[in-house]
Amino acid sequence: MAELRKAKEPFRFYTRLHLSELTGLRASTLSQLLNLLKEVSGSSIYHHTHRFLQQHQYLSPEPPNDFAYWVADALGEDELGERLASIDTVQYSTIRALRDKIVLTIDDYLKNNPLAKLKFAHQGEEFHFIKSISFVIPTSHTAYDLEGFTEILKKITIDSIYFHIFEARLRLERQTNDFSNWIETSVGDKEMADDISKLDPYTHTLEDLRKIIIRIIERRIYGKNR
Amino acid sequence: MVKIDNYISIVDQSVIDDLKLLAEKLKGKVIQQINSTSVGGGVAEILNRVVPLLKELGVDTRWDLIKGGEQFFEVTKKFHNALHGRPQDLTQHDFDIFLETSQKNIEEVNIYGDILFIHDPQPIALIKKKSENKWIWRCHIDLSNPHPKVWNFLKDFIMNYDSAVFSAPGFSQKLPIRQFLISPSIDPLSEKNKELPQETIDSVLKKYNISQDKPIITQISRFDRLKDPLGVIEAYLQVKKYINCQLILAGGTATDDPEGLKVFAEVKEKAKLDQDIHILLLAHNDIEINALQRASTVIVQKSIKEGFGLTVAEALWKAKPVVASNVGGIPLQIKHKYSGLLCHSIEGAAFAIKQLLNSPEYAKKLGENGKEHIKNNFLLTRHLRDYMLLFLSLYHKEDIVYL
Repeated sequence: MAELRKAKEPFRFYTRLHLSELTGLRASTLSQLLNLLKEVSGSSIYHHTHRFLQQHQYLSPEPPNDFAYWVADALGEDELGERLASIDTVQYSTIRALRDKIVLTIDDYLKNNPLAKLKFAHQGEEFHFIKSISFVIPTSHTAYDLEGFTEILKKITIDSIYFHIFEARLRLERQTNDFSNWIETSVGDKEMADDISKLDPYTHTLEDLRKIIIRIIERRIYGKNR
Repeated sequence: MVKIDNYISIVDQSVIDDLKLLAEKLKGKVIQQINSTSVGGGVAEILNRVVPLLKELGVDTRWDLIKGGEQFFEVTKKFHNALHGRPQDLTQHDFDIFLETSQKNIEEVNIYGDILFIHDPQPIALIKKKSENKWIWRCHIDLSNPHPKVWNFLKDFIMNYDSAVFSAPGFSQKLPIRQFLISPSIDPLSEKNKELPQETIDSVLKKYNISQDKPIITQISRFDRLKDPLGVIEAYLQVKKYINCQLILAGGTATDDPEGLKVFAEVKEKAKLDQDIHILLLAHNDIEINALQRASTVIVQKSIKEGFGLTVAEALWKAKPVVASNVGGIPLQIKHKYSGLLCHSIEGAAFAIKQLLNSPEYAKKLGENGKEHIKNNFLLTRHLRDYMLLFLSLYHKEDIVYL
């Protein structure tokens, strides 16, 4: 077992809980969806590209955003659905950039498939824009070294993992996630920080992500065979 | 009496810890819930569970009722149906009765809460007593296609609230106030949803002469046209041509609802077509409903309209494959082909039931996914969390709130 160093700064675990606010905006066609995509708040883009992960975390890696699901399911535009689903969300470190990419993808598709404009969702199957109101709360868990960190990681909610991986990265426009940041700057293990930071969180379930991060850290602490 | 810590075995300690964190942030606030009845109906059922648990968490929550006579409740029943989009014969006299009773309640109900949580249309006019406190209107009704006359009448009250809450995105309306989406929930520890020993399930099947030798298709619903029991029989008969199975239609019917009794009689008549159709009147027998759901091979909810459709959540919680109409709150609970199958017609329902009966592995996977989805999103603990977040949102206008 490698010697455990006390971190320079402790890691305080936060959790992020959200409430869904209805915007009253709805789309029945691709053109309406496109127009609304350009004007809704960032919290709404965030909701439809990220909440899916939390709500359906056991289904991942299924369609990772509501737009992809809706265009395929309600409009029958499977190809566009696939294009939207395969947007490499992890590349976009701001909601602005992600929104632009989604808009561009739909725009391009409509240019090449003008008939798609004629399709509309049945009554009751419209796309409803919702936005996430996030509440960020410090939990009672604080880690002072890696061992304590993994013990807490085993028992915190997926909402907390979500906050430190996704929220930190995208919504708050930070290039890395909180775990890697702490491991690099406070524990001083850049290699392990990079291993965690390299994970594409959008293609794992949150429970898988928890297990993988724990495994990376425990291998480091206890050796390769663990 | 169920305690909050009893839920740890189901949702993990950390989820309960989060609830306790939120409750701390509401210290000092008094939440006053108001509706029209303490027993019967979904609203009373959920308040009977939510109020004691919020109290136990340390949120000072109290529950008061308005009063109303027979005429008042006849009018509000008409309102309810009109909001569901069913045409109603509403006269000025009806609106006068509503306003008259509301005025009496405005005079008599003591308003003391920091946050007033008003459920459904019956107590809606209490908003006239608004002062420095915060007011929320909680709508439990499917408002996707409301009758304009009733909606416009109610809207004048709603606009004075701070926020409104709906159960499905499609129920939201154009309103100048904030609107939130909070789905209802099921209680995994209630008699209707708790784990049951196999002997209990067996004895319920025996009691109703239901064979365990062939697949069981079940719809649990009151005998109401909006639940389309006749359509379920049609679908079953289409399946029966290919697969030897049986159908259970179980639920209650209000004795004071002439329409319900008529539907029940029609269902009984149609059921004569096939001896494997079991029609069971089971009002308020939660253990038996639980047992029938657990004994089922496929559960159906072929509603034409649905406020939320908690019977779907109940079935999915028991990891059952479900075929349900794509209406109301059902698509929030079922993602087609992931956590169940959605349908739009009798033929579609029959096809989906056949698919599930013929592909038990697929059916099993859908049921497992469904259970996980309900665990993450539709249990009482999530409901408590959303309500506490809703209360906190009244004091924060921003999209990211640091507490």
